Amino acid sequence: MTLLRIEGVWKNYHDQSVLRGIDLDVAAHEVVTLIGASGSGKSTLLRCVNLLETIDDGAIHLDGDEITDVRADVDEVRKRIGMVFQSYNLFPHMTVLENITLAPRKVHKVAQAQAEEQARELLSRFGLADKAGEYPDRLSGGQQQRVAVIRAIATQPRLLLLDEVTSALDPILVTEVLSIIRELKDTGMTMILATHEMSFARDISDTVCFLDGGVLLERGAPDQMFSSPEHPRTREFLQRVLDSGRL
Amino acid sequence: MTQPPKSPRQQERERIRRRQAIRSSSVATASTIVFLTLVAVLVVNSPGWPRVQETFFSPEAFLRSLPDVLRGFWINVQVFLIAEPIILVLGLLVALARGLRAPVFFPLRVLAVVYTDVFRGVPTLLVIMLVGFGLPALQLSGVPSDEITLGVIALVLAYSGYVAEVFRAGIDTVHPSQIAAARSLGLSHGQAMRHVVLPQAVRRVIPPLLNDFVSLQKDTALVSTIGVIESLRQAQIYAAGKFNYTPYLVAALLFILLTIPMARFTDYLSARAARRRGPGGA
Repeated sequence: MTLLRIEGVWKNYHDQSVLRGIDLDVAAHEVVTLIGASGSGKSTLLRCVNLLETIDDGAIHLDGDEITDVRADVDEVRKRIGMVFQSYNLFPHMTVLENITLAPRKVHKVAQAQAEEQARELLSRFGLADKAGEYPDRLSGGQQQRVAVIRAIATQPRLLLLDEVTSALDPILVTEVLSIIRELKDTGMTMILATHEMSFARDISDTVCFLDGGVLLERGAPDQMFSSPEHPRTREFLQRVLDSGRL
Repeated sequence: MTQPPKSPRQQERERIRRRQAIRSSSVATASTIVFLTLVAVLVVNSPGWPRVQETFFSPEAFLRSLPDVLRGFWINVQVFLIAEPIILVLGLLVALARGLRAPVFFPLRVLAVVYTDVFRGVPTLLVIMLVGFGLPALQLSGVPSDEITLGVIALVLAYSGYVAEVFRAGIDTVHPSQIAAARSLGLSHGQAMRHVVLPQAVRRVIPPLLNDFVSLQKDTALVSTIGVIESLRQAQIYAAGKFNYTPYLVAALLFILLTIPMARFTDYLSARAARRRGPGGA
């Protein structure tokens, strides 16, 4: 069953097109990874799906509804989509618990006690039970990013978007964030990840998509994509990653 | 793990640092004393000093005028205490109005821009005179005619423009990624403002806001021009009757006594904010 359908999406900044007619279907429970050089349009595509950017052509459907309809209620759409950012973007004036319960309480109108209980449950599931009362600046980068993931899934979204969530972390901290994402996959969460962690992408993805200059050049199962990519640009990109020792 | 006893090298280092600290503070004390003495000598030896001493530093006039000036000063304090909360609310509303993007609010947005432009451009004294003499002249029913109320209205109008700009600057310093995070969670623009942007913005603008408070405390003296008998006016009355200007000094002293705690409080808050950000910055 198709959960998300991206059809011919274009996005321009000034006179430059950063997305050039992207088509992509994501099935329920599928994990799709977007790989490609910086500036290839991975992050922009995620931001378009979450309506943080307005697209310049094409359409995006979620659960059969066109969310890019100009009359669609953007707040209503975003309730169904979670997003995790490269730089965590936790709210610095709120504790971990407040960060996580804000959207359940204010957007989904869950009672405070219930929201906190659910938040604590998630925190202990991901090994952060003792951090509930801390402010974000007291946490390591890895802990902050795990809190950001929990904050994004606390509202039980249909789809989770992860935008280079490990790029700001050192290698040790990367693993703790990746393990939480792996756990989410096991719960059946549908996810789209933009990432530079190639071995992780290979390991976790159902589908890997290679973006190049705003075009989705090639897609396929991870083994096929990483061992025998068809497109020369994909081969070139993977070779460069390999040379830099990141695969 | 606790540190073992300090090495001789570290002990020597700390001894030198202590000595340097003592030397710095003695130099500071000595230079202050020399400076103040020089100023005092210069003033006391100036040709007009006996005259100035008599008209500005008369202990007798000081004591005699103190009760009246103090009574007047209580009016300054009242004007300040009433005006300040209203200014905060109005300033915040104007700042928020400027950030409204929905087309329905277009007139509000324009109004907010015009308001800040006009009232930051007109001298406070002029605003006070225009409101103080102009409003009652309209003879509209419901318009207050008492000078203190008119003075408060004028100060509120003049200061809310500044405070609105301070709030707006604070709102602008909150990084767009915070708004993106809030909106991505499904919060509406209003909710994102209220729960995410404003709490951070307000914390950041407390020191500049307090600076505006200090300025407002002084400017309460301007309402004397429309006939409010506050401390400056009381001092003027006394000075005019006795040809002695000591009451002005009394009034000045009272204003200083009020503003200094506020200034130190501002310093304290700034220092605390700097400490919170930590050595590396946040």
